Amino acid sequence: MRLLNYAGAIREAHGQLLETDSRAFIIGQGLWSPWYAGSSMKDLDKQFGRERVIDSPVSENATTGAAVGAALAGMRPIVFHPRMDFMLLAVDAIVNQAANWSYVFGGQMGVPLVIRAVINRRGEQGAQHSQALQAMFAHIPGLKVVMPSTAHDAKGLLIAAHRDENPVMYIDDRALYEQECEVPEEMYEVEIGKAHVCRTGTDVTVVATSTMVPLALQAAGSLADQGIFAEVIDLRSIKPWDEACVLESVRKTGRLLVVDEAWKTYGVGAEIAATVADRGFESLRAGVRRLGLPDVPAPSSHVLEQAYYVTAEQITAEAAQLLKAGQTTRPALSIAS
Amino acid sequence: MKGQSIERDRLVDFYHMMLRIRVFEERVAELVESKDVKTACHFCIGQEAPPTGVCAALEIEDQIFGAHRSHGHYLAKGGDMRTLMAEIFCRRTGCSSGRGGSMHVCAPEVGVVGTVPIVAATIPIAVGAGMAYRLRGESNVSVAFFGDGATEEGHFHESLNLAGINQLPVLFVCENNLYSSHMGIDERRLKDNIPQSGDAHGIASMSVDGNDVEAVYQAALEAVARARSGGGPTLIEYRTFRWRGHVGPAWDYDVGVKRKDELQEWVQKDPIAATRRQLLELGVAEATLDELRHLVDDEVRGAELYARQSPRPEASEVLDHVFYQPQGVTQCAS
Ligand SMILES: Cc1ncc(C[n+]2csc(CCOP(=O)(O)OP(=O)(O)O)c2C)c(N)n1
Ligand SMILES: [Mg+2]
Repeated sequence: MRLLNYAGAIREAHGQLLETDSRAFIIGQGLWSPWYAGSSMKDLDKQFGRERVIDSPVSENATTGAAVGAALAGMRPIVFHPRMDFMLLAVDAIVNQAANWSYVFGGQMGVPLVIRAVINRRGEQGAQHSQALQAMFAHIPGLKVVMPSTAHDAKGLLIAAHRDENPVMYIDDRALYEQECEVPEEMYEVEIGKAHVCRTGTDVTVVATSTMVPLALQAAGSLADQGIFAEVIDLRSIKPWDEACVLESVRKTGRLLVVDEAWKTYGVGAEIAATVADRGFESLRAGVRRLGLPDVPAPSSHVLEQAYYVTAEQITAEAAQLLKAGQTTRPALSIAS
Repeated sequence: MKGQSIERDRLVDFYHMMLRIRVFEERVAELVESKDVKTACHFCIGQEAPPTGVCAALEIEDQIFGAHRSHGHYLAKGGDMRTLMAEIFCRRTGCSSGRGGSMHVCAPEVGVVGTVPIVAATIPIAVGAGMAYRLRGESNVSVAFFGDGATEEGHFHESLNLAGINQLPVLFVCENNLYSSHMGIDERRLKDNIPQSGDAHGIASMSVDGNDVEAVYQAALEAVARARSGGGPTLIEYRTFRWRGHVGPAWDYDVGVKRKDELQEWVQKDPIAATRRQLLELGVAEATLDELRHLVDDEVRGAELYARQSPRPEASEVLDHVFYQPQGVTQCAS
């Protein structure tokens, strides 16, 4: 099969949606620049016209509100935010309006809207050009949140989000744009709410999101050299998330580490850890661990950036620790040889 | 001819300040090119007159707020060039201790409360500063510096109205450089009519040549006088142009979009060259102006040296500064 990178897969999905669905249109900042969105939106305006690929004034609130309105009026908009940080100016439209519309009117109307939020960080850009706010939005009833980690899922989740009858926040990370994998040329969906087991293992389950998936796989390689076999799960969908997949894996491994490159406090890891402690307690041989960012805004200095972001080495160390912890607390249950 | 000499001295000061901003930024642009500097830099090269002229109309107690393109405002309000350079190098001695980089600079000791890159974010914050002065019976004014792009955010319109209805001492200074990243103003508004937003909200507004530093200054003086005397806020549009791309040192590209023709026209309207010509006409010796250039070159070199010799923050400090702890105040144990 053909290889395609993550940015190319996003672009292809947008192109196919515009091609096949006359209700589809895109609005947001930077769509007429070949630079703003990396190559993920390159020349869509030239191919589909500037009426359906609308670059906008600096008006996040109005573009997002308008996308909600267009969705209610029968279109299938994708509102594009080149940085998640800038999207914070549109929180009313997302949280109060898009996420509530079905509920407050007793389920009579849906808002079939994709809200695309790009994470773009490092490079001494500082706190307001770095945020990963998946947990904040996953907290909101009525909103689905997905975070593809591969080119394959970047395409399939965008298409699934577009076809969903409800608002879906689609979060992609610029750090992944060059990652390549096999991507089918035809349109396909990756089901929202389904995780993907990317590596099977018996000793510890590592649940990872977005940029943390390649790092978790790298860590799993190092762990295997130490005789520790990690099962790596790419969560893909933050909400709804695949409880069954994670619980099944933990039943097998007895240990769980969640890695999400956002603030750990009140984060995705907290939700998963709490659910597993609640519904999978009897399988656990050790306390659930989480890795994420410290409770600090993103720094500018690259020295601080290095101390701030999660590394594969940290994942390896944390997983190895978890195994030790498990052995000391319940030696009888240990399956490590 | 006393009046004339005051004017001439003022123009010399403007010339000096604009040169400081220009030479500083041209050096930073080189440092970005050589990858000595990594933080994203938005240069105001070509639009040095508005920061210079507006800040000259302010007192040290007056406070300013800025956005992503704020090196000029920081320097013009009296911020230390060395700590600005150190911040751009993300050093511990930087004006934001290496936490901010180019897009988050401050010099509270001289009234630069903060500049942040979320477009329009500081417009309402400046309104709040004006509210504080009024509540305390002070005669200070606050200034929000922002671009034409920022007028597209709701923040701008809400702030004009809020400041208007409360008659707050605020200057809304819009540096209209005709672009918001890659998009020309005609792609973003039906009419190039930003000052009319002032009319719509019932507040005073002006449109001024933003490359004529004396005109910039006179307009700001008028607005400051109105604000201090309780006459309320003013929206000033300064029409100008940035020579470099939206971000980074490139001359002819805005995030991938070329706009070279317009640039040539605007380079002819260089505010610094124009001021130099005026000064020579007013009888200032060429040698005096050249001497200023040497002074500025030395200052910029000194700032770079300071930055390069400064320590970087330590990894162990990554948790610092999240909450403000005033010096000498011990925190309650939680
Ligand atoms: C809320 C928000 N939206 C978008 C951006 C991205 N952005 C940064 S600067 C800029 C252009 C702003 O143009 P203008 O206000 O005219 O200032 P200029 O760059 O021309 O000085 C944009 C869109 C941002 N930083 N913040
Ligand atoms: Mg502008």
